[in-house]
Amino acid sequence: MPEQTPSQTVGPFFGHALPYVGGPEVRAPWQPDAIRLHGTVLDGAGSPVPDALLEVWGADESGLPSTERGSLHRDPLGFTGFGRAATSDDGAYTFSTVKPGPTRPGSAPYVVVTVFARGLLHHLLTRAYFADEADANATDPLLRRVEADRRGTLVAAVDGPRSYRLDLRLQGPGETVFLDYGTPR
Amino acid sequence: MTEPTQDVVSAEIADRHRREQGSGAVHPRRDFAPYRSTALRHPTHELVRADPEEIELVSPAFGHSDVAAHESDLTVQHAGAPSGERIVVTGHVLDGEGRPVRNQLIEVWQANASGRYAHKRDQHPAPLDPNFTGVGRIITGDDGSYRLTTIKPGAYPWRNHRNAWRPAHIHFSFFGTAFTQRLITQMYFPGDPLFGLDPIFQSITDPAARARLVAEYDHGVSEPEWALGYRWDVVLTGPRATWTEPEDADDA
Repeated sequence: MPEQTPSQTVGPFFGHALPYVGGPEVRAPWQPDAIRLHGTVLDGAGSPVPDALLEVWGADESGLPSTERGSLHRDPLGFTGFGRAATSDDGAYTFSTVKPGPTRPGSAPYVVVTVFARGLLHHLLTRAYFADEADANATDPLLRRVEADRRGTLVAAVDGPRSYRLDLRLQGPGETVFLDYGTPR
Repeated sequence: MTEPTQDVVSAEIADRHRREQGSGAVHPRRDFAPYRSTALRHPTHELVRADPEEIELVSPAFGHSDVAAHESDLTVQHAGAPSGERIVVTGHVLDGEGRPVRNQLIEVWQANASGRYAHKRDQHPAPLDPNFTGVGRIITGDDGSYRLTTIKPGAYPWRNHRNAWRPAHIHFSFFGTAFTQRLITQMYFPGDPLFGLDPIFQSITDPAARARLVAEYDHGVSEPEWALGYRWDVVLTGPRATWTEPEDADDA
C-alpha cells in the first residue's frame, strides 16, 4: 500500500494563489434560498487570525452532495457545494450558500468547514450545524458524542434573517471542536 | 526578547524527534514549538472522532471548465520568459489503495528564482520577476498524472528565529476522492542543505515520512536543451465510500 503524503502549512503567501473571485459565494447571495454563514477565526490569545483560509463543503437542500463541476468559474444559477474564503484583516469570513438537508436519517444538517493557516501544520476539519435545528441537533450522533459544554462550538447561531454566525477558536477558552475522521495521524 | 539562534531551534527539533521516535506519525504535530507560529494556533483538546457521512465521503468535482490547459505552465503567463532554472515536475496522485485520483484539482504556488513571492506581505528584499507570478492549476489525468512546468524557486529568509531560511519548495494543494483526503503540503528538492535546519520540514518527525515530500531528480523527465525534470508522487488517504460500492466497481 502506498503511504500517505504528509501535510505542511499553507504558509502566509497563498493570497495570490488560492482565493478566487466568487469563492465565498457557493450560492449567489441574491438567490432566495441563499443563507449567510459568517464569523471570525481567533487564536489562543483571542486575537483575530487575518491569514487563515477556510473552505466549506455542503450538501444541497435535499441532503445530496453536488457532483456539479465549476466551483472555480461558477454558473450563477448552479450549486457545486464547495466554497473558499480567506479571512480579512480582522479575521472575519463570510460565505453565501444554502442550508443543506440532512445527509442521513437521524443526522442534523451541517456544512463541513476546513481551516488552513500559517502556523497550522496540518489543516483542521469541523462542522457548522445550525441553531434553528434544535430538534435534529438533539439527536445528531456527532453532537451527542461531544461533551455538552463544548457542543455549542459546532452550532452556528441565528443572527439575522437567513444569517448564521460561527466563530472558530483555534485554541483556548471556547476552543472549537475539531474532528478526526480516522485519517492517518 | 532576544531572537533564538538556529542552535536553540535545532536543539528543540532534536529533542522533539527523540521523544517521538517510532511514533509512526505521518503528519506534523500541530503543536511543534520550534515553528513559533504554532504556539497560539494549535488546538489543545484531542480531536473528536467523527463518523464520516455522505458529504465527507465524496469530494467537490472540478474539471476542465475550471482550469485552462496553460495554467500548468508557470513560465508562459507573461510577455517574457521568467528568470531562473526551468524545470518540469511530474508524478501521479494516488489514493491509499494505489488507485489514481482522476480529474481532480491541483493548485500550486511558489516563490520566484530569487526567493520572492509575488505577494504583498512578502517583504524579502529580493527582486520580483515581472515575468513570474508563481501560481498554477492542473486537472489530473485519467491515470492520476499531473505535469507542471515552472522555475526552480529560491530559498528565502523568514523570521522564525535568527538567520532562519526556508529550503526551496513549491506549495501544492490537492483534492482527493473524499473531502477527508484534502491535503495542502510543500514539495522540496533533493539534497537541500537547509533540510536539517528547517522547523517546518522537520515538524514531520518520521524521516521516512519527511522523505516523501522530496521530489526525485529524473533524467528521463528532463528535456534536452530545455528543462530539468523532477518526479513526485502523492498519496491521499482517508475514509472513502468504498464500502458502498459493488465489488466490480474497483476502477470506478
